[in-house]
Amino acid sequence: MNKIVAIVGALVLLGGGYYLGKSNQPEPTVIKVPTAPKAEFTSTGAAEVAAAAGAVSVRAWETPTSGELIVVKDGESIQDAVKAAQPGAVIKVMPGTYRETVYIDKDNITLSGVIERGNYPVMDGEGVRNDAVLYSGNGVTVENLYITKYKGNAIMGQAGNNYIIRNNIIVDTGVYGIFPQLGKNGIVAHNVISGIEDAAIYVGMSDNVDVVYNQVFDSVAGIEIENSRAALVEGNFVYNNTGGILAFITPGLPIKTCGDVIIRNNFVVDNNHENFAIPGSLVSNIPSGTGVLVMACDDVVVEQNIISGNDSVGITFTDFSLAGNAAKDQDADPNPNRPKILNNIMQDNGNNPAPVVRAILATQMLTRGPDIVDTVGMDDGCILNPERYRTLGLDNYGECDFANTKSVLTYTLPEPVPPRLNESNMEKGKLAYYGVCAGCHAYGSRMIGPPTQIIQALYMDNPEGIAAYAASPVKKRDDYPEMPPQGHLDDETLLEAAKFMLELTK
Amino acid sequence: MKHLLQLIFIPLLLGAAAGAGAAGEPIVLNDDCPPGFELTAGHCELRSLYQMYPSLQDAGVGGLKTGLPQWRDGFTPQQTDLGRYLFFDPVLSRDGTVSCATCHAPDKGFSDGLGRSVGINGSVLPRSAPTLWNVAFLNSFFWDGRATSLEGQMLGPLFDKHEMGSDPQLLLETLNGLPAYRQLFAQAYPEDFVAADAQIRLDQVYAAIAAFQVTLISLNSRYDQYAHGYADALTEPEIEGLNIFRSFVARCAECHTPPLFTNQQIAVLGTPEPVGMPFDPGAEVPLNEPTQRGGFKVPTLRNIELTAPYMHSGRFATLREAVAFYTGGRGHAVPEGEELKIHWHIWEPNLTDEELDRLVDFLKTLTDESFKPEPPRQLPSGLGLVHFEVADAGDINNGEEDHE
Repeated sequence: MNKIVAIVGALVLLGGGYYLGKSNQPEPTVIKVPTAPKAEFTSTGAAEVAAAAGAVSVRAWETPTSGELIVVKDGESIQDAVKAAQPGAVIKVMPGTYRETVYIDKDNITLSGVIERGNYPVMDGEGVRNDAVLYSGNGVTVENLYITKYKGNAIMGQAGNNYIIRNNIIVDTGVYGIFPQLGKNGIVAHNVISGIEDAAIYVGMSDNVDVVYNQVFDSVAGIEIENSRAALVEGNFVYNNTGGILAFITPGLPIKTCGDVIIRNNFVVDNNHENFAIPGSLVSNIPSGTGVLVMACDDVVVEQNIISGNDSVGITFTDFSLAGNAAKDQDADPNPNRPKILNNIMQDNGNNPAPVVRAILATQMLTRGPDIVDTVGMDDGCILNPERYRTLGLDNYGECDFANTKSVLTYTLPEPVPPRLNESNMEKGKLAYYGVCAGCHAYGSRMIGPPTQIIQALYMDNPEGIAAYAASPVKKRDDYPEMPPQGHLDDETLLEAAKFMLELTK
Repeated sequence: MKHLLQLIFIPLLLGAAAGAGAAGEPIVLNDDCPPGFELTAGHCELRSLYQMYPSLQDAGVGGLKTGLPQWRDGFTPQQTDLGRYLFFDPVLSRDGTVSCATCHAPDKGFSDGLGRSVGINGSVLPRSAPTLWNVAFLNSFFWDGRATSLEGQMLGPLFDKHEMGSDPQLLLETLNGLPAYRQLFAQAYPEDFVAADAQIRLDQVYAAIAAFQVTLISLNSRYDQYAHGYADALTEPEIEGLNIFRSFVARCAECHTPPLFTNQQIAVLGTPEPVGMPFDPGAEVPLNEPTQRGGFKVPTLRNIELTAPYMHSGRFATLREAVAFYTGGRGHAVPEGEELKIHWHIWEPNLTDEELDRLVDFLKTLTDESFKPEPPRQLPSGLGLVHFEVADAGDINNGEEDHE
């Protein structure tokens, strides 16, 4: 927030009388009656969504299932069920208490709690376990769990596309509640989360995510969209956090952009909780009483939210000056480019600003925090009906040429992201041959194992023979070391590699 | 003194090379690609099972089944093999005593087993030698990230007076003065050697060394078998270690992100220097950015078991000590008077001794040398291999047998 201090300082030097006069006697409100509807909202983030959408289907896909069902009862281990599960399995967890960390390194697993008369299956970290659920597979659903007292995150995804995290209750789990990272196409919906030291819901370095209809409270941050593109944050009840809804570029991450974020139809109310973040974390910089906070993220639309009772500022657009405790990242653009503020209901914001905000306001002879502030003073922003709000730093904003974003029903894709297919050189057999087998076998020359040419002569039309031998080899040749078993490759991959090996000509 | 050495050295060298040329068969460069590469239209292209997987924004950071970041490949087999000869040949140094492999020895994880590497005339350098495994995937080089290509990076060690001590003119004179190298360059760059008097050029030298370096692929560890779907590849304690590694308590994977186990960013950790060594400002200098003071590139953890000691100047002798640093508290080793912008993931995770042990268990599953190249049996310069001197010393210390 150093910039606004500098800007304001300069203005005061140039002519405080002019500035004060301007702020004391605003222009008379111009009453406008539109003669024609505004244009429809367009977004680069919506392009692939719209292009693929033949029929309207909003968040209609589910994790594919195979019919396999595994029921976990109180006293049993959820992880044992995950180990036994094949892709497509549904794991139903009965009410009870489960004291474990569950990790899902498989595709298309549905982990689903069974709720009986209000009783949830409880995952209890007892203050000693790290995370409740870790996943790194595609197509994972985690739902209907009550998660409490873990030290790290409740539900943490490291990559994995097409995830659904819904209907969970998360209480006092430590650093983050829901934390999908590095995935594409995800739904975070209908979760109730409280008591989190960082963000109750965090979406980081992701594409095409909807965060909808969640209740998040008593946390440092309610919802945080970080270094992500095409995110819809809609219909959430966000209250009594230090900061309500954040859209950030965090400097120093490997994916350096954030943009096309719609923050729409949320209740962002009374986010005045004392900041209890971990020292050194970025959210430790958030002033208590922050409603919506956009740092460096581009093309953020703030639309039809009820933003009330936030004691510092209703909506803030800012740059990396907020992240003063982090090293600068010369590869990330610090500005919140093209902010778009549509109609919002704003009431009772700024009544008791946090000390850091109060200090900035004091430089402008103000004591009450504004509804909306842009600390950078962007000149490519837009706002509708600015006269309705107490604003600061929006002098260069124009009028938005669209009135709503209803053309974007969702930023998730109409169909799950397919596996990577049909690209050149993607044949599994070829990749396994060069990527694994070639460590010991060259085509015409001796390496650790015999040349491929000799193997071809021995096996001719029998790739199955090669695959079977490779899975469990025996010592055959005195002049070569025994082959290590290659059973880590599945049968299909072994057979494909064997076929490729037999067809090789150089 | 240096000039004198050089005057003595070059004639000696030329004599040796002439002797080798007369005695030995002319070297024919390998026309096969190294393991991990397919020969396609005369060029070697990388093939890996990881190429089946997607990667968000093609950044090559993610989880178990995440694709690779951008990589370098496409050199010819001959250029690659020429690079191997150059890499191991001490003739590239001013006095014929130091090769690339001196500090990047294959049997030492393509590092040297030293906290601070030793260059020409026994010069002790300020930082440790990073591993060369998987450099094909990196977009910045040196601990402070100051080079953006392999070709740009190698200018540092080749021409630094404390490392290999050469200079561009000397390097060209030396190589062009060796008939064995002229005929090898002619094999690797036939289109450039049509004329009988064609000379070796520096860009050919750099490209050949880069061609060899990008073949140092390590993606077949037991961890990789697990990642590709073989659950039994890791033991229970190792899986526990993986889960601690990726947990948001230890947060290792937030920067050492699969599949390469680096996110290729600069991070300010505040690790201590060896006793008596002044504080290293790291990336502050090349970036001219005070907030990056003490910032260093996040190194890959692949083959980390092989590259002790750890951190940029080797303060930690073992993996266990290196891992324990992260639970010592935010900024606990920052010297008095230094104000560092310590990375936000450095916090107080309060990891137990058992958890630290499990992390070490897991890190050892990242070891894979299945594509380790063989050093040449005979060098075109006629000089002997020099990198075993360092490697042997390390082996003796470890009580192991030497690898020859």
